Amino acid sequence: MALDQGADSDFVLRLAGRWRLDQRIPPRAEFSALLDRAAPIEGAGPGGNDHSRSEDATATSQPLRLRFDTSALSDWDSALVSFIAGVERLCAERNIDCDPEALPDGLRRLREMANLAAAPEEDPHDRGPSFLARIGLDIGDLVRSTGEIITFFGEGAIAVRHFVAGRARYRKSELWVILQESGADALPIVSLVSFLVGMILGYIGDQQLARFGVRIYVADLVGLATVIQMGALITGIVLAGRTGAAFAARIGTMQVNEEVDALRTFGIPPMEFLVLPRMVALILMTPLLTLYADLLGILGGAFVGTVVGGVTLTAYLVQTQAAIGWNHIIQGLISATVYGAIVAASGCLRGMQCGRSAAAVGEATTSAVVTAIVFIVIAAAILTVIFDAIGLSA
Amino acid sequence: MSAAVTSETRARRGDTQAEPREHAQTPVPASDQQSKDVAIRLEKVALGYDSDTIQQGLSFAIRRGDVFIIMGGSGCGKSTVMRALTGLLAPRQGRVLLQDQSLWEVSEAARTQILRGVGVMYQSGALWSSMTLEENITLPLEQYTRLSRQQIGELAEYKLALVGLAGFGGYYPGQISGGMRKRVGVARAMALDPDILFFDEPSAGLDPLSARRLDDLILELRDSLGTTMVVITHDLDSIFLIGDDAVFLDAETRTMLTTGNPKHLRDHSEIAEVRAFLRRGEA
Ligand SMILES: Nc1ncnc2c1ncn2[C@@H]1O[C@H](COP(=O)(O)OP(=O)(O)OP(=O)(O)O)[C@@H](O)[C@H]1O
Ligand SMILES: [Mg+2]
Repeated sequence: MALDQGADSDFVLRLAGRWRLDQRIPPRAEFSALLDRAAPIEGAGPGGNDHSRSEDATATSQPLRLRFDTSALSDWDSALVSFIAGVERLCAERNIDCDPEALPDGLRRLREMANLAAAPEEDPHDRGPSFLARIGLDIGDLVRSTGEIITFFGEGAIAVRHFVAGRARYRKSELWVILQESGADALPIVSLVSFLVGMILGYIGDQQLARFGVRIYVADLVGLATVIQMGALITGIVLAGRTGAAFAARIGTMQVNEEVDALRTFGIPPMEFLVLPRMVALILMTPLLTLYADLLGILGGAFVGTVVGGVTLTAYLVQTQAAIGWNHIIQGLISATVYGAIVAASGCLRGMQCGRSAAAVGEATTSAVVTAIVFIVIAAAILTVIFDAIGLSA
Repeated sequence: MSAAVTSETRARRGDTQAEPREHAQTPVPASDQQSKDVAIRLEKVALGYDSDTIQQGLSFAIRRGDVFIIMGGSGCGKSTVMRALTGLLAPRQGRVLLQDQSLWEVSEAARTQILRGVGVMYQSGALWSSMTLEENITLPLEQYTRLSRQQIGELAEYKLALVGLAGFGGYYPGQISGGMRKRVGVARAMALDPDILFFDEPSAGLDPLSARRLDDLILELRDSLGTTMVVITHDLDSIFLIGDDAVFLDAETRTMLTTGNPKHLRDHSEIAEVRAFLRRGEA
C-alpha cells in the first residue's frame, strides 16, 4: 500500500500484491496515518510509517480527490472490500472525493450492493449502563416487579375463580402433566437437598449442644427449624430453579412462536389456558412436597443425632414429636402455599413478558428464578412477622 | 384506465358499484363504499411498539369476498398491521373496523366475539407445540361448537386433508417439516370457518407445487364460502394470481404508498417504488 501524489495533484492509493483474509491486512489507522502526512488536517501528527515509500508532503493546496491504482494487485477477497469501505469512510470524513474507477469491477459492484442496503439511523445496541447505574436500575426493577407480580396475582385470582366455578378454559390432561412434572418428578431433588440440610443443621446443633451436655435437644432444633421454615424454603427454592424456570421457558417459547397470539385470536385467554393450570398445580403440590421435605429433613437430623450424637433413634423421634406442635406445621404449610404461588406467578409472568427471540427466553428463565427467590425471601420475612403477631409461633 | 380494471373485477362478482382502484395516500371516504361490502376498514391508523412508530396514516378498506394483499419490503410492518387487525396490538391512533364494529373501542368480551369470525395463519405457523396436529385443530372447535367428539375429529381430519396432510393428525408439530407446519397453520386458521382469514406469508418456505395448491385453496375458499382473504406475501406470482386488491406499505416513509389491483399497479402505478417492487426491480 502506498499513497502518492499524482501529476494532477490527485492522491493515488497504490494497492499491490495479495489482499486476502488469511493475510495481514494493514489496519485502517495505517492508511489514516498516510493520509495525515500527505494531507495534514490542522496539524495532524507526523507519525513515522514504514509503508510510505514516496509521498509528497509539500502539497499546500490539498488535492481533494483520491484515485486507486490496482495494476499490481494480484488477488483479493472480502478483506479488500472492507478495507476500501474504510477508506471511503475516512475520505468522506475529510471531504476527499473517492474515485472508485480503477478498482476491480467485481469489487466495485460488491461495494455498490452493500451501499444499497440502507442502515437504520440509530444503533439498537447501546453501551449498557455503568455499575452504579445498574444498581439503581435493579432497584427500579424490583419496585416494578413488585407491582407486576401483584397485578399478575390479581389476574390469576380471577382465573382461579373461573376454575372453581368450573368455567375456566384449560385442558385437564395438561393440568395432570404439570402436576406430575412439578410434584412427583421433583421428589428426588427435594429428598436429597432436605436430607442434607437436615444433616447440616443436626451437625452444627450437635457440636454446640454437646458443650452443654444436652445433645438430645438437636431433635428440637432440627425439627422446629425444618418444619417452621426450612422445609418450605428448600422446596420453594428448588421449585423456583426447577419448575419456575421451566414455566418461563415454556411460555416464553410459546411467545416466540406466536403460539400465545394464536390462543388470543381464538379468544382463549392465556391466563386461563397457560397460567391457571400452573398456578393450581404449584399451589397444590408445594405444601405436599414441603411435608415430604420436613420428613426427610428430620430424618437427616436423626441420622446425625444417632450416629454422631449417640442418641437412640426412638429417643430422638420422641423428642422431635414433643417439640413440634400443629401450629408449627401450619406455619410451614401456609408459607409453602405462598411460595408455590410466588414461584408459579414469577415463572408465568416472565414467560408472558418474554420478547420474541431465543435470547429473550434465556433472559425470561433467569429472571423468573431471580424474581421467585427474591420474593420468597421477602415473603418469608413478612410471614414470620405475621405468624408472630397472630400468636401462631408460640 | 383504472375504470376498466374496476369493472372487470367487479363484474365477476356481480357488483356494479364503480370506484377508483388506486388511492395514492388519500383516505377512503366512508361514504365512498357501502358498508355492507366492506369487511375491514382502517381509518387513519398509526401503529408502533414502545417508542417506535412502525406505520401511520393507514386508511383503506378491504371488501368482502376479496383476496386482499398486503405487500411491502421486509420489516415494513406488514405483520404489525395484521396484529392490529386481529386484535393483538392496539393502534396508537385511528380506528380499525371489522364488520362495521370498531375493534378497539369495545369491551374485551365484545372484541373476543368479533374475533370469533377471524382466522389467522401466523408467519411462523404458531402451532401449539404440546398438542398433536389434530388437537391443534380440535381445540377451537371444542371451545366454540357443540359438536360431538367424533364430529370434531372428522372435521379436523377434513381440514388436514384440505391442506394435503390427511393422516398426519397424530403427529406433534415438532415432528413435521416447516412447510407442513405452515399448512397445518392454514388448516387451523380455517377450523371455525371464519368470515375473514388472515395469512402471513403462507407460501414462504413452500415448494412451488404446495404454494400453488395453497393459492388454489385460497381462491376456492373465497369462491365457495365467500371468505374474505387478507394475505401478506412477497410472492409476485401469487400476488398476481390471487390478488383482487392490495395495499403497498413503505418502510422509509412509514405509511402506505398506494392501494389498488396488483396487476393494475404493476402496469400503471405512478409510484416508482411500487412498480419496481411488482416488477422485481426492473423499472
Ligand atoms: N414485538 C416487537 N417489539 C418491538 N418492535 C417490533 C416488534 N415486532 C416487530 N417490531 C419491529 O417492527 C417492524 C416491523 O415488523 P413486522 O414484523 O411487522 O415486519 P414485516 O413487514 O412483517 O416483515 P417481514 O416481511 O420480514 O415479515 C420491524 O422493524 C421490527 O423491528
Ligand atoms: Mg412479517
